[in-house]
Amino acid sequence: MSLTQADVTKVATLSRLALSEEESAQMLQHLGQILGYFEILQEVDTENVEPMAHAIELHNVFREDEILESLPREEALANAPKTDGKYFLVPQILSND
Amino acid sequence: MSLVGATASELLSLMEKGETTAVEVMQAHLDQIDSTDSKVEAYLHIDTESALKKAADVDARRKAGEPVGPLGGLPVAVKDVLCTRGVPTTCSSKMLENFVPPYDATVIKKMNAADGIMIGKVNMDEFAMGSSTENSAFKKTRNPWNLEHSPGGSSGGSAAAVAAMTAPLSLGSDTGGSIRQPAHFCGVVGMKPTYGRVSRYGLVAFASSLDQVGPFANDVHGAALMLEAIAGHDNLDSTSVPKEVPSYTVSLDEPLKGLKIGIVKEHYVEGLNEEVEAAAREAYKVYESLGAEIVEISLPNSKYCVAAYYIIAPAEASSNLARYDGVHYGHRSESFGNSMIDMYSHSRGEGFGTEVKRRIMLGTYTLSAGYIDAYYVKALKVRRLIRNDFDEAFKQVDVIASPTSPNTAFKIGGLINDPLAMYLEDIYTISANLAGLPGISVPAGMSKAGLPIGLQLIAAPFEEEKLLRAARMLEKETGWTAKRPTLS
Repeated sequence: MSLTQADVTKVATLSRLALSEEESAQMLQHLGQILGYFEILQEVDTENVEPMAHAIELHNVFREDEILESLPREEALANAPKTDGKYFLVPQILSND
Repeated sequence: MSLVGATASELLSLMEKGETTAVEVMQAHLDQIDSTDSKVEAYLHIDTESALKKAADVDARRKAGEPVGPLGGLPVAVKDVLCTRGVPTTCSSKMLENFVPPYDATVIKKMNAADGIMIGKVNMDEFAMGSSTENSAFKKTRNPWNLEHSPGGSSGGSAAAVAAMTAPLSLGSDTGGSIRQPAHFCGVVGMKPTYGRVSRYGLVAFASSLDQVGPFANDVHGAALMLEAIAGHDNLDSTSVPKEVPSYTVSLDEPLKGLKIGIVKEHYVEGLNEEVEAAAREAYKVYESLGAEIVEISLPNSKYCVAAYYIIAPAEASSNLARYDGVHYGHRSESFGNSMIDMYSHSRGEGFGTEVKRRIMLGTYTLSAGYIDAYYVKALKVRRLIRNDFDEAFKQVDVIASPTSPNTAFKIGGLINDPLAMYLEDIYTISANLAGLPGISVPAGMSKAGLPIGLQLIAAPFEEEKLLRAARMLEKETGWTAKRPTLS
């Protein structure tokens, strides 16, 4: 599975990362090297082994559905790059017509 | 005696006897920051006024005979990955350069409740990704033992702050060795608790199934004291475990009888520095002289841990870091086309540094259609085999000892352009995160070049007490934790 520049471009798009040409070229080299190292795992026999996503066995944790104090609006908006004081502002996502 | 460089227990005893005050202790450490941090560059943010005010409050309570918490006014340096209400929390990233959290992480609340006082926020690898603290967007922290060398990472600032005597205690986080490796590089004690022992609420997430907050200290007792203050179940973190927290400091000085220490035959291979190996073997002899039994064990899958980790951690990171979208908080690009997606991509492209981008890309790739089974699922299966190896090993031994990292502190710039070589530095620490086990690095020697060497001890889940007692035995016998750098 050799990585190509087209793969890098596709993954950058999926990752929502704008990369410069230089970054993209370096990414190809470094990711290729790292992915190559991962091949070592193919030696391991994992037939009938359950994947382990977490170090402790997790159970659902329930609590009473109580109304508690929440973050005041102005504090929730305080770190927003763009706000009108009521909402987070984003670029227009629908066209006018 | 000098207040800076003193241990937590020495400072507490002086304050309790009225021979010094929390304000004097805090001022001495602030002065130490003034005189050393232009060289070490551990601190990102210092709030002198607030620290001194809190110290004065502790003094007033102590004087009036009112209750004072177990951290009794001690200065604590805090890794800039922990949310602190009203105090900038940057994760050493341009993305969060202007982020001021509206809440405290649970460990910060607990530290405050125990009367630990934050002296400042300290540097780290961006979003805790790295092993040298060179991935910070703001500054390069230096190793107090030799300023040309790295303090390790990602909690390099936390380790350097303690080594430079600017705080007796600090907090860091450990996802693949980020507390233990810098502790080894800087000659201090650093501990990663069992997964679930300490709340992750307010710890900015890197890899949620691996991240744990833990203490640094200039002696084992300090680490025990700090861990006791921050450990415990938290309703705000459903992965924290509802299990009672023992009083680690109370039993600390009792040597473990019949201690069985496992040494792993797969560990002593090419790539391990001679002096680091010699220091580890010397420590095993010390334990034997104290009556411990050294048992050779096998962790057959240990050679796969770096590969498994660097699939799993970036996969989780690629998902966790999707939240940085330039909308709710964090950097937003000023120059993008007119689509929402362009806004995301440019904000993230500008806000993240090289290593963070690399890991997001790596994680996105190994999780993507067509590759997920070959990489991510495969790594999760190997993770189970690694955990099974440990479960078997802990049927035979109480703790597993090893070098913390294969080398002493490397030079700044030494590995930064070779990411794979940097990843391989984590070879001894990573498996504890994959398996969720507690681990500690305790000073165990010094190289000829004058760089510290640590010994790592790992135990079964929730055996922190055993780890700390075992580390204390070595400390008491060898005195390595009492060494302080000259900082000239």
